[in-house]
Amino acid sequence: MIGLQITVLLLVAVTGSAVALVRVPERQLIVMSLFGLTLAIMFAVFQAPDVALSQLAIGAVVLPLMALLGLVELRKRKK
Amino acid sequence: MKHPLRTGVFAIGGLALAGLYLAACAGIAAPTERPNRYSELADRLTLADRRITDVVTAINFDIRGFDTLGEEYILFVSVMGALVLLRQVDQKHERDPADARTPRRATGPSEAVQLWTLGMTGPTIVFGLYVVAHGQFTPGGGFQGGVILATGPLLIYLADEFATFKRIISYQLIEVAEAVGAGGYVLVGFLAWFDGQPFLTNILPLGETGQLASGGTIMLINDAVGLEVAAGFVVLMHAFMQSSLHDH
Repeated sequence: MIGLQITVLLLVAVTGSAVALVRVPERQLIVMSLFGLTLAIMFAVFQAPDVALSQLAIGAVVLPLMALLGLVELRKRKK
Repeated sequence: MKHPLRTGVFAIGGLALAGLYLAACAGIAAPTERPNRYSELADRLTLADRRITDVVTAINFDIRGFDTLGEEYILFVSVMGALVLLRQVDQKHERDPADARTPRRATGPSEAVQLWTLGMTGPTIVFGLYVVAHGQFTPGGGFQGGVILATGPLLIYLADEFATFKRIISYQLIEVAEAVGAGGYVLVGFLAWFDGQPFLTNILPLGETGQLASGGTIMLINDAVGLEVAAGFVVLMHAFMQSSLHDH
């Protein structure tokens, strides 16, 4: 169990850093979605299934989607 | 970092944050420890006093129901705020005829994508309803299930295009659903006043553990939140798509 917890924490650290290191916004959002997914797995591993479900829906789907749509909106206004 | 001053400011702030963070981490209890009485009390109250099995739902929709009411209205106000902002943009774009000529999506999604997303729509909605309805027993509830429900229309959009999305959902109905969900929570809270109890007291019959209709007001609030969240997200997606992706 400890091994699993350490693994998932490392995964979160790696994907979280990846979000900051990717500099192209569109790609960043895809990586952010992956980061949201690893966060959800982390919550599940640490026995918080309620939070994991919320995180799965919000962090992996809705947040990247809203940010992507916001990006489209910004680009459109710049033109 | 090009600017040395900027790096310096960051170094001071970063070091201070790192120090405070580590100091805070030192005080965290192990996940297996139970340092406060609140968690034990919540555990006991959930089954004995509320006759449901999901502690998180009991806390969210009953024990600290007033906080959740605030959280629900954060979402409600955010949706309203996004709508207001996007509507202003709409008006600006109406004056710009060049935008009306921007081409629509050149090619639709591939058949594989269409098949998969359309096939997933039904199961997604059923699963969303399941997660909402079983909030009292298993992890999940109105909030999580509501978001899952909202991805159903999104799958239809992915499979086809915005026109289909618009044809399938009734926007008026969705707006009414959002209002009913948001207002329903408050109305359930008022129920307690008829019995002379404080706002949001769980006064309804609790039913039997394991029954879908159990937990008293918890079930009603849970369903209201599910409605509000699902409708809120669909309204939000609708507004964004209307404004960003397509001319009107």
